[in-house]
Amino acid sequence: MVESSEVRVVRCGGSRINVAAPVISVDSRFLLCASGDLVKVFSTSTEEWVHVLQGHTNVVTGITLNPANQLQVYSSSADGTVRLWDFTDGILIKTFVIGYPIATLLVSNKHEGILFLVVPAKDNSNSECLQLVAAHVPKTLEQEVEVRELSSVLPNISPNPRAVGFGREGEYIASAEGLKLIVYFFRDQKPYRFNLSKSTKKGAKNTFTCVSCHPKDDCVATGHEDGKIRLWRNFNQKKEYTYTTLHWHHSVVNTLCFTPEGTTLLSGGIESVLVQWQYDRNSKYILPRLGGSITHISVSADGSLFTTSHSDNKITVIQSNLKVSAVIQGLVKGEAVHTDLVIDPRSKALVLNGKPGHLQFYSLQRDKQLYNLDIVQQEYIYQEGLDQYEVVKAAFDAHGSCLATVEERGKKLSDTEITLKFWDYNETAQRYTLTCQKVFCAVWISTLNILYFSSFVLNTTVMTPHDNRITSMCFFPTAETTMVVTTARDGCFKAWLLGQESDTEKQGTDGPSWSCDFVGRYHDLQPTNCCFSADGSLLAVSFQEVITIWNPETWELLTTLCQPPGNIKDLCFGRLSCSRYLLATTTKNMLCCWNLLTCSLEWSTSIAVTLLKADPLSENMAVFTLQKEQTDLFVFKPCEPRPLFTQNALCVGEVQRAIFVPREEPLDNCDESSLWLNRSQLYCLTENMDLLAFTTKIEDDSLISRKLVCNLTLIVFEKHIKRVSCSIFCLVTINPVCHLLPTQAVIDDSVAVTPFYLLLGKHRQREQEMCGLPVTEQQGRAQLPQGSVAVREVRSRVPWKCLVMVYSTRSRVVLLLIFVCVCVCVCVCVLFYTFSCYTRRLMSCPQRPSYATCL
Amino acid sequence: MGEFTVHRVRFFHYMPSGICAMAFNRRTERLAVARTDGSVELYSRTDHFFQEKVVPGRQQRSIQALCWVGKRLFGAGLSGEIAEFDLDNLRLKFSQDAYGGPIWSIVCNPQGTHLAAGCEDGTVKLFEILEDQIRFERNMGGQKGRIISLAWHSSGTKIAAGMIDMIKVFDLDSGNAVQRLLVERGSRMQQSQECVVWSVLFLSDIIVSGDSAGKVKMWDVNTGTLIKNHQVTEWDVLTLSVSQDETSLFAGTSEGTVVQFQLLDVVLGQEEKEWVRTRTFKNHTHDVIALAEADTVIISGGMDTQLVVRPLLDKLDFKSRDSSLLKILFPQRSLVSCAKKAGLLLFQYPTHLELWLKTCPSVHLMCLFPVRLGLQGEDHVCCSAVAPCGEWIAYSTTSGIRLYRLQRDNKNVSITKVPKLPKVLRHAHQLCFSPDSSHLYGTTSSAVHVVALTSAGCKFEHSLKPNSCVDSDGKFLASANSNSEIHIYNMHKLKAHCTVPVYRSGVSAMGIHPETNNLVIVHADHQIFEFSIEQMQYTDWSRRVQKEGLHHVWLERDTPVINVTFNPQNPNHVILHDSYMFCIIDQSLPLPDRKSQFHNQLTLKSLPEAERLKHSHAFKECKLYQPLLCVDMLENQSLVVVERPLLDITTNLPAPVRQKKFAT
Repeated sequence: MVESSEVRVVRCGGSRINVAAPVISVDSRFLLCASGDLVKVFSTSTEEWVHVLQGHTNVVTGITLNPANQLQVYSSSADGTVRLWDFTDGILIKTFVIGYPIATLLVSNKHEGILFLVVPAKDNSNSECLQLVAAHVPKTLEQEVEVRELSSVLPNISPNPRAVGFGREGEYIASAEGLKLIVYFFRDQKPYRFNLSKSTKKGAKNTFTCVSCHPKDDCVATGHEDGKIRLWRNFNQKKEYTYTTLHWHHSVVNTLCFTPEGTTLLSGGIESVLVQWQYDRNSKYILPRLGGSITHISVSADGSLFTTSHSDNKITVIQSNLKVSAVIQGLVKGEAVHTDLVIDPRSKALVLNGKPGHLQFYSLQRDKQLYNLDIVQQEYIYQEGLDQYEVVKAAFDAHGSCLATVEERGKKLSDTEITLKFWDYNETAQRYTLTCQKVFCAVWISTLNILYFSSFVLNTTVMTPHDNRITSMCFFPTAETTMVVTTARDGCFKAWLLGQESDTEKQGTDGPSWSCDFVGRYHDLQPTNCCFSADGSLLAVSFQEVITIWNPETWELLTTLCQPPGNIKDLCFGRLSCSRYLLATTTKNMLCCWNLLTCSLEWSTSIAVTLLKADPLSENMAVFTLQKEQTDLFVFKPCEPRPLFTQNALCVGEVQRAIFVPREEPLDNCDESSLWLNRSQLYCLTENMDLLAFTTKIEDDSLISRKLVCNLTLIVFEKHIKRVSCSIFCLVTINPVCHLLPTQAVIDDSVAVTPFYLLLGKHRQREQEMCGLPVTEQQGRAQLPQGSVAVREVRSRVPWKCLVMVYSTRSRVVLLLIFVCVCVCVCVCVLFYTFSCYTRRLMSCPQRPSYATCL
Repeated sequence: MGEFTVHRVRFFHYMPSGICAMAFNRRTERLAVARTDGSVELYSRTDHFFQEKVVPGRQQRSIQALCWVGKRLFGAGLSGEIAEFDLDNLRLKFSQDAYGGPIWSIVCNPQGTHLAAGCEDGTVKLFEILEDQIRFERNMGGQKGRIISLAWHSSGTKIAAGMIDMIKVFDLDSGNAVQRLLVERGSRMQQSQECVVWSVLFLSDIIVSGDSAGKVKMWDVNTGTLIKNHQVTEWDVLTLSVSQDETSLFAGTSEGTVVQFQLLDVVLGQEEKEWVRTRTFKNHTHDVIALAEADTVIISGGMDTQLVVRPLLDKLDFKSRDSSLLKILFPQRSLVSCAKKAGLLLFQYPTHLELWLKTCPSVHLMCLFPVRLGLQGEDHVCCSAVAPCGEWIAYSTTSGIRLYRLQRDNKNVSITKVPKLPKVLRHAHQLCFSPDSSHLYGTTSSAVHVVALTSAGCKFEHSLKPNSCVDSDGKFLASANSNSEIHIYNMHKLKAHCTVPVYRSGVSAMGIHPETNNLVIVHADHQIFEFSIEQMQYTDWSRRVQKEGLHHVWLERDTPVINVTFNPQNPNHVILHDSYMFCIIDQSLPLPDRKSQFHNQLTLKSLPEAERLKHSHAFKECKLYQPLLCVDMLENQSLVVVERPLLDITTNLPAPVRQKKFAT
């Protein structure tokens, strides 16, 4: 076995940022949010990720500012520790070891040195039962402190972090669980309990969902399942308590929050509408269409900024006049990823289900969503129980100039609606829009919030391409022909071909469209999978237990392969030196490998495979197996009996999706265990929707340090550049591609020359390719590591890889010229700005003559 | 339980009238409710809002305000007169013109010595209350602008008057207006419309006003400044009511909602308090015009004619009959009388009577045609009766009793008025004929008058003292009065026979069994007694009922029993009905015990024959016909059921204010 110490599994972003309520710093400049086991610090104005607080070993469950020092933040985690950070510098100050997984963290001004934690009840073994405890923080100078003094405050706490809250300067704490509201007064040490009936005759559902307390008055606001908000008063009475009901939401109120002055109450629910209630008046203002159901609301200390977390993994920053000022978007995850993980060959972005009815393009390097492509093109209605369209399949062709998507609706077979859509990448119509209201930031920093509107244009819509659900879809692997094969449960597979130019000219349409070319069947069996060989000369379609091999040019059935028992689950051809092999997994836990030259079974092994993936750039194959609730990973070559890499107990539960992502610059790692990661990187999506990446240690360290440095410098820049930006904005919008360029230019002076080299080098290479060498792009890229050492050196100095990502088919020379233009402009503007400042200062001077002399 | 032929009658177009004023007397715990037809109803709070008395209305009388002074009830309306009601004889005692145009509001001072009336001409008129009349004392104000609402300060020295666009505070010593509080008009469309202060309250330190802009405003008494402004509705706030300790306030709006405000601590345990809007009740479909608070309940009434008694659960200690919502829509007395032998139905409307005759007796369905008796005079009908033989019809208004004789030959019907009724019988609370139709009994507050009826005419026979509910068989006559005393008279000897022990709750219905001469009494709290007249004591069955207690489902019914009849075929059967069910009590069967199922007809059906007897109990309820105005047995084992569907009533109401409904 190979030692696996060098290969690391990292959670590479994409984690949920809507788990805990975000926190805004006192000066409203930073926004802190929990993201997996990290705490991320964002800038509220630029939406950019400033730095990261790293240290927890499990999911971060709560963040609050330290009431004693507003520049520090407490974070609690399921790993049983509370950590205190200095978030401006990103330094860990202290670690408090509690020993129990913490569900929620609360602090209050009044209770100095006490942390209120929601932890599992001690006497009860089942983790369902939670209790609120007060932890007295010992005052020591040590870095790591073990907290032993835990005193129970309230039993039976809801696991929902929004269901507990401090009232009026920490005088009492309110907690709601099920149909019960408990208000505990610290002074009297006395809890008051209020019960509601489960439902009334009129159909009200009274279950509590969230709690918020008025900061100054004795008033507790609770949200309920049927959309009502109750404002409780007089709750130190057993009987004469009273409440006011506010009702706007039509379904569950997810979260409530009072502003620090207590003048307004904010509420949000599944409707994705932020409602601002006037506290002592019966009026409200609403901010609709926020995109996803609201899960958390928090308010900055001065009440000028609100943030809302949304179920589509997004944080919105809203000004107090209800205007959206910034959007921080993570990797969108719905309930499930229906589409496989796909890589867009053009932007190198990870493509998967995004917002409902959308495909999202997510940059893995920047851990940032690039844009959402609206596939369904219908308005989404936020309501439970509606049958909505969902994108279930997506595939790109080799160049990324074509995208095929499948959307379906309807749970029952009889009312299933399936649509197959073909999209073209449209270069000329591509418009880049900068949505960031501070464009200058977008230019200078790489915080481009770009929406690639209509980068893909709908070419053909095929209504009901098959009579039943589509099980798989694949593109022809080479660029010569554009062909898509779909298989469906109605027993046939279809090949779709892009029509010739000449055909469509007659009809007078504006371009070629897609049409069905061939319908194949095999003995009325249901096709499950399809796969093209690497050169596109063979198509394998699995029909339950049988694999059929077809010639895609003549549509001739060449041979059938069968290895009962068990239906075929996954199918893939070997690559490069192993291209004679065809691998398949079956439902009866078999992994089989056929030799296509002899049409016989080369080898087979009994292993519980959940997922089989092939690396497009090498012979390597990855196999995820499920054993005893844990997933193991094997990486192997079909021709070699020994696996290249084994990772046991990768994660709990099944790995749902995985993909090999080609690297921009291959590593020249010689270590045997991580050799398979040189060309491409493996990403996988677990059951909990965590995106895991396999990286090598060296690569990992260098990446993080670089990111931090450039981010910090850029934040400093932000303030100085305000005025100059206007002129640059004009320039930038003229050309659609240059938005990525200035990034490097500003950060590092020495790099200012390097892109030229790089681009020229690439351009020449491309020219050579065009001239005569019939190499595929994959091979071309594979040659890169053998290219000049100089290029690689240059690249390692480029802090952000975005530059390399620009794959426009436009001539690089244009790029170059524009870049020069921008540089010159920037210089001129900076000069002009400093000069104007200088002159203005002089103008304001009382002594005019000195101005003259100065000139 | 026996089968009946049911005549289902739906052509009694009874239409209740809207509630326009209410007043609650805390001392006697009586609620007075004025309706738009001019009638005044008295409800007893202690007796679970049993309708004790009704003062019949009169055409062109409209009551805008009611006011209790001690045990005396005053009312005033747009006719410009202040009237006192005689609650014993159920009619007007006197009325006096205030000479200020229509009166919108009257209040009495906390000491109970003076009445103030707000008039159309902008004056507040003060009246001194004397022993049996009121005397004008003086005028206050006198500028243009009607006075819509009035409120007297608890010290008795100041009066707040709600007017159009403003509130004026009058000082009683000087008689001058000391403050003018200007109420701003509504926003948007209503800017051009004037703002009417519909209701005003004078608490110890604040004035509360409800206006047509939909706002409830709190004003400081001393400075006259606005303290707090609650926008309650887009429409009007029509009425306000405050609890006695001045910590809770209710506002009724045009939307049909009742909104509660409470004086609560801003910070618990500290002095500072604030009026906070808390609960909203929506039990009405139309305007809530009148509100009254009675300690643990809030009573609201309005255009949709129903009286809603809403318990305030935070003031109740335990769950009981009082802690459930009560809606009173139908009168708690019978408006239908039925001639058992002749098959006649007499429907009593406020302004006329309708007689329906059964012309072809063989057919199941009653094939009747109506005879209308128009009324003379302006007074409304107080009570009416038809003789069992179908020959006599009598009705009474506050001014007189009229007796008609009905003659039928084949298909022709002729009605002739019987002249020369005895002078003693000027007014009756209840009218009743003897089973053989030979006598008419009329009750007044003091006596039962007996009139002998012959084909030639009528003759006054005797006056029996004292007396409201009447029932008689040939030999005995029982009468109950509002103090729930029941007197039994022997009609052969024409003298008092005995009295029934007094029970705390009012008598809602009673009947004398034609065979056994047992008197069945049902009280407003649903207790049932059976009194043997001959033995002058409660029967064994009645003692058993009291010993074992009635089932809680029966006791928790919210409408009182209106009528008691008997099944002539089976002497064990007693038929009772209220507005939502009728019930046959089989006295031969065991009583239901506390734990058993009360409504057990369905389960009995599923059981085999042998077991049925074991599980069956005395009470058989039928809810097939709803809501009921009358259930009576005819001679030939058929049942007459008079229904009034709720839908018919709601469609006849005026349209409510337009409201935005979710998802429309």
